[in-house]
Amino acid sequence: MIGGAQGSGVDTSANIFGRAAAQGGLHIFGNREYYSNIKGEHSYFQVRLSRKKVRSHVNTVDLLATFDDETIIRHAGEVRKDGGIIYDPVLGGNEIKDMPTIEPNVLRRIYVELDKNNLPHTVDGVLEEARRRGVHVYPIPYLDILKQVGEKFGENSLSSLTKMVNVMAVAASFALVDYPQDQVNEALKRQFRAKPKVVEINTAAVTAAYDYVREKYNGGFGFKLEPNPTTEKRIFVRGSSIIGIAKILAGCRLQTYYPITPASDESEYLEAHENIELNGIMADEAKTLQGSMVVVQTEDEIAAITMAVGGALTGTRSSTSTSGPGFSLMAEGLGWAGMNEVPLVVTLYQRGGPSTGLPTRHEQGDLKFALNIGHGDFPRIVLASGDLEEAFYDVTTAFNYAEKYQVPVIHIVDKAMANSDLSYQMFDPSRSKIERGSLLAGKVGNGVDDEFPRFKLTANGVSPRPPIGAEGGIYWNTGDEHDENGHISEDPENRVLNMDKRMGKLVLAAQEIPLEEKVHFFGPKDAPITIVSWGSTKGAILDAMDSLQEEGISVNFLQVRLISPFPTEYVKEVLFRAKKVINIEMNYTGQLGGVIREMTCFPVEQYVVKYNGRPMSQEEIHDSVKEIAEGTAPKRVVLTNGA
Amino acid sequence: MALKLTDLKTEVHNDWCPGCGDFGILSAVQMALAEMNLDPHRVAMVSGIGCSGKTPHFVKTYGVHTLHGRSLPFAAGVKLANPGLEVIDCGGDGDGLGIGAGHFVNAGRRNVDLAYILFDNGVYGLTKGQASPTLKLGMKTKSLPLPNINSGINPIMLALASGYTFVARGYAYDVRHLKEMIKRAILHKGMAFLDVLQPCPTYNDLQTKEYWSGEGQLDAAGKQIPRTYKLETIGYDGVVKTADDTEREEKIKQAMMKAFEFGDHTPIGVFYQNEWIPTYEERLNQRMPSYRANPPAVERIARDDGTPVANVSKLLDELRVN
Repeated sequence: MIGGAQGSGVDTSANIFGRAAAQGGLHIFGNREYYSNIKGEHSYFQVRLSRKKVRSHVNTVDLLATFDDETIIRHAGEVRKDGGIIYDPVLGGNEIKDMPTIEPNVLRRIYVELDKNNLPHTVDGVLEEARRRGVHVYPIPYLDILKQVGEKFGENSLSSLTKMVNVMAVAASFALVDYPQDQVNEALKRQFRAKPKVVEINTAAVTAAYDYVREKYNGGFGFKLEPNPTTEKRIFVRGSSIIGIAKILAGCRLQTYYPITPASDESEYLEAHENIELNGIMADEAKTLQGSMVVVQTEDEIAAITMAVGGALTGTRSSTSTSGPGFSLMAEGLGWAGMNEVPLVVTLYQRGGPSTGLPTRHEQGDLKFALNIGHGDFPRIVLASGDLEEAFYDVTTAFNYAEKYQVPVIHIVDKAMANSDLSYQMFDPSRSKIERGSLLAGKVGNGVDDEFPRFKLTANGVSPRPPIGAEGGIYWNTGDEHDENGHISEDPENRVLNMDKRMGKLVLAAQEIPLEEKVHFFGPKDAPITIVSWGSTKGAILDAMDSLQEEGISVNFLQVRLISPFPTEYVKEVLFRAKKVINIEMNYTGQLGGVIREMTCFPVEQYVVKYNGRPMSQEEIHDSVKEIAEGTAPKRVVLTNGA
Repeated sequence: MALKLTDLKTEVHNDWCPGCGDFGILSAVQMALAEMNLDPHRVAMVSGIGCSGKTPHFVKTYGVHTLHGRSLPFAAGVKLANPGLEVIDCGGDGDGLGIGAGHFVNAGRRNVDLAYILFDNGVYGLTKGQASPTLKLGMKTKSLPLPNINSGINPIMLALASGYTFVARGYAYDVRHLKEMIKRAILHKGMAFLDVLQPCPTYNDLQTKEYWSGEGQLDAAGKQIPRTYKLETIGYDGVVKTADDTEREEKIKQAMMKAFEFGDHTPIGVFYQNEWIPTYEERLNQRMPSYRANPPAVERIARDDGTPVANVSKLLDELRVN
């Protein structure tokens, strides 16, 4: 774990640490936690490394690298026996009461612990408590070392040197576990690519940290982290950017957004990559012709969704990305898209609700909202990805659904996914295929500019769709109930026909969408325990299944991906066949459990829920499933791990 | 082949009240489109909610009858995805300056090449005559239980302050003049705002057709003096001729002074026009050189077998660690 004040380079060090490890062939799972704040509040990056795939974090910390006193105070208690804490000894005397960013209830918890052991309310007191539990502490005078480094480069500004504390902490961590320094240097180079001078002085700082640790603590930590060279092409993925890349691939060319955490990173990525390289489809032209990703930052989320809908009417794959509060504003726009059968993709990054809630923290609290947003009945497809790899391929799938069924598609991801950093085997863009459904091109109908029956009642409910601008395709859109040309109609017979047409498309989608896109099923079919869940709990569940298996507890896992239309028959079959069903979710009420009850009549009774804003860890799931298996758990297990 | 007026009419029954100012605006729009000879399929008429929201259904071009107050972002979405289209937006003053005021202001900041026609009648007609944002303080139109407790927005002033690069006013019953204003708004390169004085015969018994014709305002000979006058008749010129900031500021100041005139002596015509400010599309094209040549709605995103045309391998390679 690496921690420090926001603005002091936690994010940068997370990137360097992650890259350095991934370059060495290690698998990495990282989770970033931060406050809704620009500078000063506490933030940390928790990272897990392994030779095999890792998909979640764990409760305890092996090595805690701190940039400041607050990180020590907050996280020393999480470091396990034989683990280590790296810190600058000048902080030792700092009194806890002088750290204004620690909440009063956290202070009280820490004071109780210190008082129990008769220790002073200082950094040293907290470190002593850790030491007594068998934790190693590694004082490293960052600033003293940095001053020496600075002298060589003629850099003596304290604020410039302080900026490198983060790199020192990363380097010291790697040095303690004897990880090859060249990997750290390489990661630095990648991080500060555009600034060779920064690379140079930081590399010197890394060397100084390595030298200091080798001299003082050589082999003292007792664990050696070795690279694990692999021939597999690996990427180091950050949530928001990978969804951006997938949108470019999927042919999305209009993205609208209003700034909101944690969704805006994706739009910013797209804006930074707005000129799109095309694989020469139009012969010579294509060599110079690029694609253009129009990214518009709108005045609010109402404008964001309605502008995207406007774009979609022209046949442009259009989307908007938002989070709970913004999604709340999008209700009317989404209803209009449903009424006018407009293919639109909304990428919903869930975060802690309700209202402003926990703006920078994780929750899966918007499932039922996504299913019900907007007044009246209209069809919408709701697809929930379980991890970043799924999300990458699901983006194209979401646009395909939108165009094939001419409905808005809500693609649900979340804060934990957006702010996690993982190593993956290189994704394969050639797996993604674009399907545009009944979109018409060129001249439409008889090519004469007369009225075109855009909303024609067809056997399967999907009507040929001319993009606005197509010759011969003139039609109207309206939020009112309408006839086949799109003119207002309040006729009762027409109303029934059109409601049936629109809602019937969900039945069609349920029939056509292959099972492997609707659900994933893991583990032995006949296991005595069945976990049912959705979204990003997937990683921790899979990791927990492995560790449970090691203890002889066999578990299978039904991950529901398509929430609307709901895969009722399959879920029914699995759950009614299961011996013991546990519903696991990151929200208060167990929203998927409610949907399952509604759709299948299966009585979900055993819940594991979490709503403290911090993602589930492997042990939390492991332990709760074990307790449930042993019959010692309550019907509703509430998880609380996380700082 | 030249377009005839009938080519632009639909057979949809028009259910506006008899004598509604909307009829004048509708005719002016159709006449303008016919005279400009725009291919109907290259035109999208966008609207909000209310009586004015029905306008697109009567015009045989692509029609997008949207949500209350949201027509401007819809229109911008259509235009930015396919900049080759002519996009004309229409809405009432409640739609554009009440529920949609935020969009109205921000549309000025962007300067997308659109024409926005405001059906400005001071009341919410379709919901039975409540006061709307342009109704002045203390006025009591006939279905209000009490006089208006809010001040009225000055739409011309708001458009100027928001950055609209074409600001004009027309009158619904001077169809020929209004048609010219609509043509100029469409031809204008940038975000055009056209405020149309539009009597609501059912709910606004103050600013009636008779009122605008000069009822009760007589000259020495006893003849009615109309309450509107044309800016061009007094030698007013609102067009910015150079890229010079000083000229722009002078022309905006002049337009603002004119914007104060309302009531017995109300100017119609072009208050301000400036084509030196780059449109949003031009700004995009600066950053994305293929934007105009291969805009979003035109780009072919997949081969026939569904293979995406975008090449993302460089983007993925940036994430490679080995």
